[in-house]
Amino acid sequence: MPNVSPLCSGDAIHSIQYPTNMKKLIICPAEFTTSLALPYAEEGIKAGFPSPAQDYMELAIDLNKELIPHPYSTFYGRVVGDSMKDEGIEQGDILVIDKSLEPMDNDLAVCFIDGEFTVKRIRIETDAVYLVPSNPAYPVIKVTAENDFLVWGIVTYTIKKNRRIR
Amino acid sequence: MGNRNLYDKKEPKNTLMYGLIDCNNFYVSCERVFNPALNDRPVLVLSNNDGYIIACSNEAKRLGVKRRPVYQFKKEIELYNMAVFSSNYTLYGDMSTRVMSVLSTMVPDIEVYSIDEAFISFAGFDDPLSLGREIVRRVSKSTGIPVSLGIAPTKTLSKIANRFAKKYPAYNNVCIIDDEEKRIKALKLTPVGDVWGIGRGVSKRLLSRGIETAYDFTNLPQDWVRKNMTVVGERTWSELRGIPCIEMECTPPSKKQICISRSFGKMITDPINLSEAIATHAAACARKLRDQKAYAVSMMIFIHTNNFRSDQPQYYKNAIINFPVPTSDSTEIVKAAVEALRRIYLEGYLYKKAGVIITELTKNVQLNIFDTVDREKRARLMEAIDHINDKYRAQLKIATQGNGRDWKLKQEQLSPAYTTNLNDIIQIK
Repeated sequence: MPNVSPLCSGDAIHSIQYPTNMKKLIICPAEFTTSLALPYAEEGIKAGFPSPAQDYMELAIDLNKELIPHPYSTFYGRVVGDSMKDEGIEQGDILVIDKSLEPMDNDLAVCFIDGEFTVKRIRIETDAVYLVPSNPAYPVIKVTAENDFLVWGIVTYTIKKNRRIR
Repeated sequence: MGNRNLYDKKEPKNTLMYGLIDCNNFYVSCERVFNPALNDRPVLVLSNNDGYIIACSNEAKRLGVKRRPVYQFKKEIELYNMAVFSSNYTLYGDMSTRVMSVLSTMVPDIEVYSIDEAFISFAGFDDPLSLGREIVRRVSKSTGIPVSLGIAPTKTLSKIANRFAKKYPAYNNVCIIDDEEKRIKALKLTPVGDVWGIGRGVSKRLLSRGIETAYDFTNLPQDWVRKNMTVVGERTWSELRGIPCIEMECTPPSKKQICISRSFGKMITDPINLSEAIATHAAACARKLRDQKAYAVSMMIFIHTNNFRSDQPQYYKNAIINFPVPTSDSTEIVKAAVEALRRIYLEGYLYKKAGVIITELTKNVQLNIFDTVDREKRARLMEAIDHINDKYRAQLKIATQGNGRDWKLKQEQLSPAYTTNLNDIIQIK
């Protein structure tokens, strides 16, 4: 078992000391910022001294920054149902949606059609737009002028919880 | 100064232009982004506490709905199946941040005027109209909030241009007043009471003198305006004639909202300094509230970095505070503002500006707000609120989006916090 030695409690930085040759891992809580910075282990950081935020900012991987280039046009949505399951998009997954992107052929898009949000691959053909599911149980939807339709945003990432615990 | 005409031939051609960006039916638009089924339906948004309609969609306006107590439109709400929402200031605040942030990636000089309006300066840009069109396109596309832009050589004229951009679809949400012909035409079509800076009292007096349009007003002698309408009226008069008098950062307060913000002489990083600024602005807002015998229902604070410094990391953030009991108590308002600042303050940025906006105010609170601990009065207030709730239940239930829930408290008309709570994000099939 790793010897866990929290240096301070609460908001401060915890240092987890791993045995022998393993690098130290610093876990930074995200209370103050919207970004959860996950620093990679760095030899130079001494255990036992909580460094000010700025000091490790550059050493951190900030997923918000990496995955969300347009924070002001990015929204989240939750998947309901299994129409895209063959693509690995399942019930409960969180979609990262960028509204600023222009839809392109084969994009995974969140569309609003006939009163509902739906996530599908979009096929842009000369005659029509098709919404293509990834589940043989669901039909391809041909969007016609009769439909109340809009492409709400483009899905850039899917967040999936792989460890199924309650 | 007064005789200088903007359109004199000597004047250089590339006059500094101002823009006013305004979100179309902002609160309604926020609801519609996350519920596009509302797009063709009449939609109303109610005030936090007192059952007033504070926003209505164009469809609702066309059906005669106005900003009045909601019970006055009980019949229309039922008949036309209008969607009714409690005001969701958390959502509106977040969407406001997004609109302002997209805006500030495109032009460096922006002055947030209210939760849904900002002035921008086109200083340094050759073609305001093209840039303006791109601004409107990008803000609307990125946020889902439709916006309109008025462009003109003065702020007062940009407000008028904005009205035209909104009113006439042919403008495609962007209207520019950039020559004498357009200016005069616009002024002739604008009732004097609709001019920014001309209050109801003044406009009545002007009407009684036969001054009906903004154009009539600009034809009054300057001396008369100064004598009868003080320097404020004279400033409006000049601005309508195309002579800029209100620089960026010096905008007089809005009628509907109270906004106090200031740029710092030098950029600050220290949370204590920032708190002081926010506290000062909040106290000034409280005082203005009391002057107007009004009470804050909802407040927004914001901080931002210097947009001009593209070499530095940028941050714009606001926070919304809802007062359970409308208040004009300085201590209460200041305390709430500083606490809100703590929620949004991020270390490591150089802050250029901080501001406080009273986003919703009411005059309908009878009790003395300094006695909020007075249980009897408190009880009376609650009684009044409950009474209103009871009174509206029937009609509001009919007007909901058919979610089948029984409506008990006003806040149940609240839409989810689509953008700020992971449990409330939109559901996608």
